[in-house]
Amino acid sequence: MNVIVCVKQIPDPANPGALDASSNTLKREGKLILDESDSYGVEMALQLVDAAGGGEVSLVSMAPNSETAGLRTALAMGAAKAVLVSDPALQGSDALTTAKILAAAIQRLGGADLIIAATESSDGYTGTVPEQIAEVLGLPSVTFAKKVSIEGGVLKANRQTEEGYDEVTCPLPALISVTAGVVEPRYPSFKGIMAAKSKPVDEVTAADLGVTPVGWAGAGQQISNIAQAEARAAGEVIEDDGETFGKIVTFLEGLKVI
Amino acid sequence: MGISNIWVFAQVANGAPTSGSLELVTKARTFGGSVSVWVAGDGAAVAGALGEYGASKVFAVDYGQNLAGVSVASAMKATIDGGESPDLIMFPQSYEGRDVMARLSVKLGRTVLTNSVDIEAVGDSVAATTPIFGGNTLVTTTFTGGAPYLAAFRPKSFNPEASGGSAAAVQAVSVPDLGATGTAKITAVHVEETTGPKLDEANVVVSGGRGLGESANYAMIETLAKLLKGAPGASRAIVDAGWVPYSYQVGQTGKVVKPSVYIACGISGATQHMVGMKGSKNIIAINKDKEAPIFGIADLGIVGDVHKVLPKLIEALQSL
Repeated sequence: MNVIVCVKQIPDPANPGALDASSNTLKREGKLILDESDSYGVEMALQLVDAAGGGEVSLVSMAPNSETAGLRTALAMGAAKAVLVSDPALQGSDALTTAKILAAAIQRLGGADLIIAATESSDGYTGTVPEQIAEVLGLPSVTFAKKVSIEGGVLKANRQTEEGYDEVTCPLPALISVTAGVVEPRYPSFKGIMAAKSKPVDEVTAADLGVTPVGWAGAGQQISNIAQAEARAAGEVIEDDGETFGKIVTFLEGLKVI
Repeated sequence: MGISNIWVFAQVANGAPTSGSLELVTKARTFGGSVSVWVAGDGAAVAGALGEYGASKVFAVDYGQNLAGVSVASAMKATIDGGESPDLIMFPQSYEGRDVMARLSVKLGRTVLTNSVDIEAVGDSVAATTPIFGGNTLVTTTFTGGAPYLAAFRPKSFNPEASGGSAAAVQAVSVPDLGATGTAKITAVHVEETTGPKLDEANVVVSGGRGLGESANYAMIETLAKLLKGAPGASRAIVDAGWVPYSYQVGQTGKVVKPSVYIACGISGATQHMVGMKGSKNIIAINKDKEAPIFGIADLGIVGDVHKVLPKLIEALQSL
């Protein structure tokens, strides 16, 4: 079984994000890392291919400046190869364009039995791209899957809902988006990290994929204003001396909660 | 022109529109045009409530065993092809809301704006506002293409207010042939039972995080929540770790809560979490690390060990 995982390479969330003053897009010039949300999808893909007894895991990613640092992490975990779409023309692309680009990259790999994405990225968190990719490719999808297995060529998943979860079955090929915690991502081994350096990364442009228009030109939106939100002021902070629970009781009494 | 024909996709739970859906209908009314609401499932059951908030029409899609997202999106597309011309389609930032919007986005060739907290008409277009970087920066984005404009909103962006309208007229819309996209089928539905007030409606929310140390200690959070007639919540970290179900999660990818009192126990205050609770009227935080970001927004911060502070607090409240 062949699985393609959509992965995003994002600025390290440990560093505060910033907007580029001229383009109003998120600054991405520093080193990018694999979005932690995507590590679950990579792990899930590796486990499903193992369980199927054959096949491989491929990656697709869209990132500026030929960035591969995050892809190498996923390759070190065990993915076999990647398609990287990197093109200055893509700056400013909206979610719909991103989905078209990733769908075209998936087709460049010849498609797969299963396509996996995270539910949303940790930097943009639009949360629609996986389902948009499924629609572009004409595939069925199970989004927000928190438990996934494949039995007899049929996908079985528990899909998160507002009130609980639904059990869903779906024939392949299909697309799923998986929630964090669906599986425990492995750490790349030293051997895996060394092997990842020589795994093939096929770098292409939007034009190579035949997707136009892209970037700001293809976006159905433009940023019209950026403002600072009203900050919430900090109140009293005290060190616990064994008696601070009384402070909480007094505070709650003042609010007439108790 | 302007924004005169508005559609709202309403999420229905336990036979009633969610408050997050009613707030969108309320906001849609302010544009001064007609408001029609789409629901996945039984339209007659919710026509009264939706009419009371200003909807004149309910489009009801019976999706059977199909997934609601692709079903409603296809029914919307067929209705637009049939001559309806919505200017704006509003979605709650829910699971179904995002799926319907994403499928429709591709079918119509229109982009989407998500995580919005406000929207206004700008000529014949609309501009939506989205908080980024944990809410300290507000970005306003204007749609540049043609209508319909697709936007999803975070819960609690607007106040739901009834307008006293009569029941909305219900129009059943059948699901067109979905082809391969309709091959995913729901085989069983599970409702996770919760007792006490709902997390996003409770007056008091007590949340626990990684600082609790281990799963068994979450019992303190439940006990405290019960004593305060509130709801227990959780950070993403302990939901991912499997200590509590996803329905407990407060944050960007969980519930947005705005209680009178929010008590954060052993939660450092990752952006992901703060987005979901910083609108609370009063915030109490207990955390070992005095540098934790949560103290930056707490009205009362206790730098201390939750394992020491919580048992004493619970004992004090029990003796009242």
